Amino acid sequence: MDIQIENLTKFYGAQKAVDDISFKVKPGEILGFLGPNGAGKTTTMKMITNYISVDRGDIKIGGKSVVSEGDELRRFVGYLPEHNPLYHDMAVIDYMEFSAALQGVPSHLIPSKIEEMVKVCGLNAEKHKLIGELSKGYRQRVGLAQAMIHDPEILILDEPTTGLDPNQIVEIRKLIKHLGKEKTVILCTHILPEVEATCDRILIINKGKIVANGTASDLRKQAQGQSLIRAKVEDGEMEKVKSKIQELASVATVEVDDKEMILIQCKPDMPTARDIFKLCVKNKWVLTELTPSETSLEDIFRNLTTS
Amino acid sequence: MRSIWVITKRELASFFDSLIAYIILILFLGFSGFFTWIYGSDIFLVGQASLSVFFNVAFWTLFFFIPAITMRMLAEEKKTGTIELLLTKAVTDQQVVLGKFFACFFLVAIAILSTLTYYITVANIGNVDHGAIISGYFSLLLMSAAYISIGLFASSVTNNQIVAFLMALAIGLFFQLIFNVMAGNFTGFMGELFQSLSLSSHFDSMARGVIDTKDLIYFLSIVVLGIKFSEMNLTKRKLIS
Repeated sequence: MDIQIENLTKFYGAQKAVDDISFKVKPGEILGFLGPNGAGKTTTMKMITNYISVDRGDIKIGGKSVVSEGDELRRFVGYLPEHNPLYHDMAVIDYMEFSAALQGVPSHLIPSKIEEMVKVCGLNAEKHKLIGELSKGYRQRVGLAQAMIHDPEILILDEPTTGLDPNQIVEIRKLIKHLGKEKTVILCTHILPEVEATCDRILIINKGKIVANGTASDLRKQAQGQSLIRAKVEDGEMEKVKSKIQELASVATVEVDDKEMILIQCKPDMPTARDIFKLCVKNKWVLTELTPSETSLEDIFRNLTTS
Repeated sequence: MRSIWVITKRELASFFDSLIAYIILILFLGFSGFFTWIYGSDIFLVGQASLSVFFNVAFWTLFFFIPAITMRMLAEEKKTGTIELLLTKAVTDQQVVLGKFFACFFLVAIAILSTLTYYITVANIGNVDHGAIISGYFSLLLMSAAYISIGLFASSVTNNQIVAFLMALAIGLFFQLIFNVMAGNFTGFMGELFQSLSLSSHFDSMARGVIDTKDLIYFLSIVVLGIKFSEMNLTKRKLIS
């Protein structure tokens, strides 16, 4: 099932929390939904899951409108909310049985579904414990398990790895990547390495509007324009080194920071690194560092979400 | 229907997994037994084979205990955020409210029906009016249903359990006492209006063994309105704009 967001708008009083956004998510795709706090990510997720209403526009899941058929469509959606709210007084398997029953899983299939989720989410040692007794990582797994137990075609995961240790994060990411092969997944996060590691496509939202939509490399290409090289040169007088590098045809601008790192903005499609190396050889300078610098996703995110 | 039953089962299990159910049962049965058999205008002092003493005691003990049972039903879910997970499952707002209503009702019914031993005891020591006793139990159950729906409404308004408890008590006080007092202070149409709104007057009538349609309509109207308003408060989240 695909998700189609069409001119979606949501007001909180006079404030537009989501401002006329449109995008699609295909089956088998993992979309990373990024944005600073208060950008409108969670509000959008709550509208997709029919928890709050749409003020303008529409959300279509498998071609059916959430606005008119939202109650019926919930069966096809698995949702892990931002703070993973769970009933701490319930045992893990009791809670999974409760979730499965509410999502319409036939009674005779529930035990096998629970067994499958326990295995997939690594909950075997904890399944008889009360949720309140579990560590944060295991509670997150329970949250994922309840989102998946009815085998939904769509998964909405809001900050699924928050508070997990690095080992648990890797496992959850592997699980999400595996799920994304068949399901439609929207992953809300502001952990940028997670987006790069897990998602097929990235959507950045800021102040209710979409400011970027594409793969990580698409976004980098759009943001870069000119690539950057960092160089460190010894045995040469800094001002002379700087002016000589500036004279190279393949160099756009040169700056030197307070640690004497030379930052060279290269002209597109020019062999700037080779030119710098040859210049150093010619002047008998010692080149101790020559590193191409890719615009990081953090930089792209910061540039797009700060004004 | 399945969803309602699933929610009811979960809430009932939660009552009995925590101390709430046991405390309520012990206190209710303790008060009922003490004031029915041992102290005050107890059965032996009154000297009649009737459970009207018990029904009067239960009329007040349930008034206080039911808000304590209902206060966490929706308020706690809103506070912890579990309401978001619950309402994004394939259940309607109405099914959620009904599931919680039935859970509270079954708990109170267990408490009330645990006193059937009183009925058996009194029947063995005197000539009882079986119709009056059955009608009395029926009126207790109806009264409980009404106060449960009021308690659920109060719980749906806030995410603070104490506020929910106090609000349920405050609303209940009007039905329990204030309308009856007002009925005594007014005559004519106003007097009749307050009389018809007073829960105690409808309860007294049924507890004496007279089951009138208007009493049934009265209690069921409170139940339906309480559940409906609770549902509307839940649905209000969708309309935040």
